[in-house]
Amino acid sequence: MNLVLSRAVPDAATHVDLATSSLRDLNSALHKLTSDTNETHWKVANPAGRHAIAAGLDAPVTVEINGPVGYYCGGMNKQAHIIIHGNAGVGVGENMMSGLIHVKGDASQSVGATGNGGLLIVDGNASARCGISMKGIDIVVKGSIGHMSAFMAQAGTLAVLGDAGEALGDSLYEARLFVRGSVASLGADCIEKEMREEHRALLAGKLAAAGILGEVDIGEFRRYGSARTLYHFHVDNVSSY
Amino acid sequence: MNDHSHTPRTKPRYSATFDEYTLSEIRRAAATGIYDIRGAGAKRKVPHFDDLLFLGASMSRYPLEGYRERCGTDVVLGTRFAKKPIALKIPVTIAGMSFGSLSANAKEALGRGASAMGTSTTTGDGGMTDEERGHSTMLVYQYLPSRYGMNPDDLKRADAIEIVIGQGAKPGGGGMLLGQKITERVASMRTLPVGIDQRSACRHPDWTGPDDLEIKIEELREITDWEKPIYVKVGAARPYYDTALAVKSGADVVVVDGMQGGTAATQEIFIEHVGIPTLAAVRQAVKALQDLGMHRKVQLIVSGGIRNGADVAKALALGADAVAIGTAALVALGDNDPHYQAEYEALGTSAGAYDDWHEGRDPAGITTQDPALMARLDPVAAGRRLANYLAVLTLEAQTIARACGKSHVHNLEPEDLVALTIEAAAMANVPLAGTSWIPGSNGNF
Repeated sequence: MNLVLSRAVPDAATHVDLATSSLRDLNSALHKLTSDTNETHWKVANPAGRHAIAAGLDAPVTVEINGPVGYYCGGMNKQAHIIIHGNAGVGVGENMMSGLIHVKGDASQSVGATGNGGLLIVDGNASARCGISMKGIDIVVKGSIGHMSAFMAQAGTLAVLGDAGEALGDSLYEARLFVRGSVASLGADCIEKEMREEHRALLAGKLAAAGILGEVDIGEFRRYGSARTLYHFHVDNVSSY
Repeated sequence: MNDHSHTPRTKPRYSATFDEYTLSEIRRAAATGIYDIRGAGAKRKVPHFDDLLFLGASMSRYPLEGYRERCGTDVVLGTRFAKKPIALKIPVTIAGMSFGSLSANAKEALGRGASAMGTSTTTGDGGMTDEERGHSTMLVYQYLPSRYGMNPDDLKRADAIEIVIGQGAKPGGGGMLLGQKITERVASMRTLPVGIDQRSACRHPDWTGPDDLEIKIEELREITDWEKPIYVKVGAARPYYDTALAVKSGADVVVVDGMQGGTAATQEIFIEHVGIPTLAAVRQAVKALQDLGMHRKVQLIVSGGIRNGADVAKALALGADAVAIGTAALVALGDNDPHYQAEYEALGTSAGAYDDWHEGRDPAGITTQDPALMARLDPVAAGRRLANYLAVLTLEAQTIARACGKSHVHNLEPEDLVALTIEAAAMANVPLAGTSWIPGSNGNF
């Protein structure tokens, strides 16, 4: 173990500098944390775009990363709160199960891909395939999202305060999509749906969890979901296959 | 003399191009307007291991005694990077097959049979069940584009991880599981509505290409603390380059699946017309490993049409470290058994030809989620049959290896082989029998 830890005062955050410690040692130390750990607050300096930072965590701790991260930051996260003070690369929070990931900057492609649970917040914009194959995660993007977002999205909610790119929700299953701005185009089998009170309440809950309830007018959002016409193979749908 | 009753007539002549099967498919397509979907692998005749022969020992080679001299069969997978490689007692593993496509009893039987023989089983496109984990001493967890049921707990309780790029039955194709088999349990594991026709993506959602795959593998290693062997499985298409790129991406093990390898369900036209035969893929994959100096360092598993110990021995002689079986394992469990002939006929097919695995009406209780049909398969007895079959495969491979003078099945080599056909000689890069001619090669291909 070559991890260089520093704790200025008791109960303060555990500091890890990735300029002097290896990613392997950081992740190994984080993986050893248990539900009753006292080391509940970690600060990571100089991430320098490294991949798989804080991936595979399973403990109720907060990890703050000061700087940009590469691919798969917080991948498969359970329980942990991961705050990224910078931009995030491809697949931030991919397949996360629970907990929170908050990207303070912009995020690259495949935000929260296949995520099963938890909350993922992007303060800036998210690129293509945001929420692809999502399976229960909640994603809130304060900026805009790129093309093919929510492709084959199965469950969970995606709330976008800005605009959505082409082919939103292509081949969508049961995920619920809310977009406040414009949608460049809808993908196959994705349609706009009525925004009823239950949906406004649902969205309000997600925005509250993201700490922005009241900052935006829920009445400005439109709801998109699956037309469910591709749920069964049929010759009339051949152009969609 | 105008009596034509005795004029000789030609017999009805059927077209070789428009044969009986083709005509039936045209009629079926015309009636339904949708492609034919079925399970299993390529059924057409393609060059295969039957087109190779072992030379055996003679004046210049000394055989080993069949019942007294040891011939090893063990294989260790994942020696490149994994802290915990897995050690198989036999060079035959069970290929990935999902709970969902197979019944829970079938998955349990696979686990029982494989574990009895000291080898591994593999999950499929649908996640890991407690039953298969519980009954498999070594379980490989597939990481597929759909990520159905994927979670870090199962990742950590797996013995190895297999990243699936493709499979031999449908290189470039995604999964498919029709509504008849999407029961509440299957749907719950896949986070899908019950009863829908489920489509799986053909590309992974968060990476594209070998450079990204390298980063994905690093992530999976980080999550599992570099303990688990990581396999990369490809359908046989461009095996030289695919193997090289898998090695470059950091794989511990490469799995190459030829076109005879089965699937739970896809289009018939896909199965029969995309991808290359297993025989054509092995040497190219081995050559890629050799060119990179990684042969035996990155292990190679070959699958697709492995039926007997001769196939096992031939794959190993061409340079594979192990083989995987799927279809043959299902047959060992009881799939397509003549005992159910009357029921197969009621389904419009015949024992031995039944391949509508996607319909979930398998009389043998294997490719179904119907509780009544599933109950027909006794997982203990079926597991015993699989163990017996795996034992026979191993004994047969050992028999051949000893006849070639080898004290371990991995000591078999291309030099032990000749080909019966020019095609097989060219594909396997071994001489045509009775000659020293390797077509189109001169040692390079």
